[in-house]
Amino acid sequence: MDGIDFDLYRGEAFGFLGPNGAGKSSTMRMISCVSPPTDGELTILDGDPVRDGAAIRGRLGVVPQEDTLDLELTVRENLLVYGRYFGLPKKLIRERTDQLLDFVQLTDRRDDKVDPLSGGMKRRLTIARSLINDPDILILDEPSTGLDPQARHVVWDRLYRLKQRGVTLILTTHYMDEAEQLCDRLVVMDHAQIVAAGTPRELIEAYSSPEVLELRFAPELHEQAAEKIKDLSSERIEATADRIMLYVRDGDEALRRVREHGLEPAASFVRRSTLEDVFLHLTGRRLVE
Amino acid sequence: MACSPGGSDPPQYLPGGSDPPQTPPAHGGLLAPHTPSGEASGLPGAPGSWDLTIRALRCWLVVYRRIWRSSIASSFLGPLFYLGAMGFGLGSLVNAHGTARLGGVPYLEFVAPAILASQSMTTAMSESTFPVFGSVKWNKIYIAAQATPLRPADIYRGHLLFNTLRIAMNSAVFLAIMAAFGAVRSPWIILGLPAATLTGLAFAAPVAAWAVTLEVETSFNYVLRFGMIPLMLFSATFFPLSQLPGWLRPVAYATPLWHGVELCRGLSLGTLTMGAAAIHVGYLVALSVVGIWAGGRTYRRRLYV
Repeated sequence: MDGIDFDLYRGEAFGFLGPNGAGKSSTMRMISCVSPPTDGELTILDGDPVRDGAAIRGRLGVVPQEDTLDLELTVRENLLVYGRYFGLPKKLIRERTDQLLDFVQLTDRRDDKVDPLSGGMKRRLTIARSLINDPDILILDEPSTGLDPQARHVVWDRLYRLKQRGVTLILTTHYMDEAEQLCDRLVVMDHAQIVAAGTPRELIEAYSSPEVLELRFAPELHEQAAEKIKDLSSERIEATADRIMLYVRDGDEALRRVREHGLEPAASFVRRSTLEDVFLHLTGRRLVE
Repeated sequence: MACSPGGSDPPQYLPGGSDPPQTPPAHGGLLAPHTPSGEASGLPGAPGSWDLTIRALRCWLVVYRRIWRSSIASSFLGPLFYLGAMGFGLGSLVNAHGTARLGGVPYLEFVAPAILASQSMTTAMSESTFPVFGSVKWNKIYIAAQATPLRPADIYRGHLLFNTLRIAMNSAVFLAIMAAFGAVRSPWIILGLPAATLTGLAFAAPVAAWAVTLEVETSFNYVLRFGMIPLMLFSATFFPLSQLPGWLRPVAYATPLWHGVELCRGLSLGTLTMGAAAIHVGYLVALSVVGIWAGGRTYRRRLYV
């Protein structure tokens, strides 16, 4: 890691955004006390992750990027094994198992093996498992990656309820809609550094415009139009292979200006700025391998 | 770059900081508003190593509950086949030629305690190669456990303890069958259970310490083929060491299985001297201790990165 600095408050949802390889998962591992901090100072729940690792991990819940469920065991046995790791008595584990399976809507699969469950169900089970010790902080590494839209919304809904209960959430994601849905505050990471930080709204205000005008021209007119629009506007403009995007205060007004200069787009579209605009602005459009 | 105005004041948009927004319902439960536990009391002290080791062991016991039937069946069949084929089949041939070189005992009584020791090695190897590797790479039992209070050394010791129990179980079954076959000569054989278990531990501890470091599992085949099988064949298991050429004998003395075989055989035949027992036990304990020390280090290096 290359010098990142952030503070977390109880009961908030804090997000790490960044392209693959930006250092999100490494940061997560350090916060989860399963990696030594490379340098600098890290304090979790008022403890030192190196000295108090075991005690801190006892107060954390972790949803790793890849499921680490035991596929040979049943849904309930997975929670039993995990509860035992935290030293919980069997009776308490059984009570919590019932509540948690109800919470993640897996009660009717309680005695089934994990292997045949769908990806969304496994994810929900992983979330249930991470809550068996009633953690103060829940750490989620790309909680909805690889899920279909229905499954993602169920996961978001459950995480939102946890947040309302006062559980602190720390999550990484590269889905902007996930970040906008769940995070009170977030940081954008790139090349193992924090490149921006704030609430979703603050980030949009700081790094994008209120509205975005997207224009499409016929292929033969595309380049020419892009050049012309660059001349007539002082606002930020981005031209991709098939679209021209104008980051403006008022999209309709900008469209009028474009038309006044004799340019007639084949299609136009005005929308509000999103975190995705911020993200692409900060981390670039290049493909990260 | 700092991403917050300071360290202590929660921002305005947060509902209530550390105070739960409403009082929990009467039945409490997990889905009631969450009360952070760390703040008032500070972090609780970490549980002791032994407690954490037992927690890791219990995971393996839950897993074992699913397969114990087939596992027990095979731990009965193995000894039956071996003692039947070696003790009676080969044994009748050997006995017909005279047993002076075996110390005057029937071949079955000579070979049975050696197979006991050798079975401990086999159990130890099969429990501490693929299952250890798979716990990192396949079913990720270690990776899951790592996110809990368990430390890498606890994960190692818990798994090793389970493997030791498996070795002890198989040895107990073997001893019972040995007794049923009448292959036992001395009451000292009652100590064959700890002796065979120690022999297995001397393999399981270092092998697991090594297995966790691997990226691909192909090395296991070499160890089984060029390590375990020669050990089984040349550690005085099936014939006395005096049958080997003189220069090969010191090699056998250096191997752990030979010490295990001599220990178990000496107990079963009642020929073990105190001095020999001390050497064999000392060797096996030393190997186990070195293995356990190494395992704590390799597991940490593998899991805490």
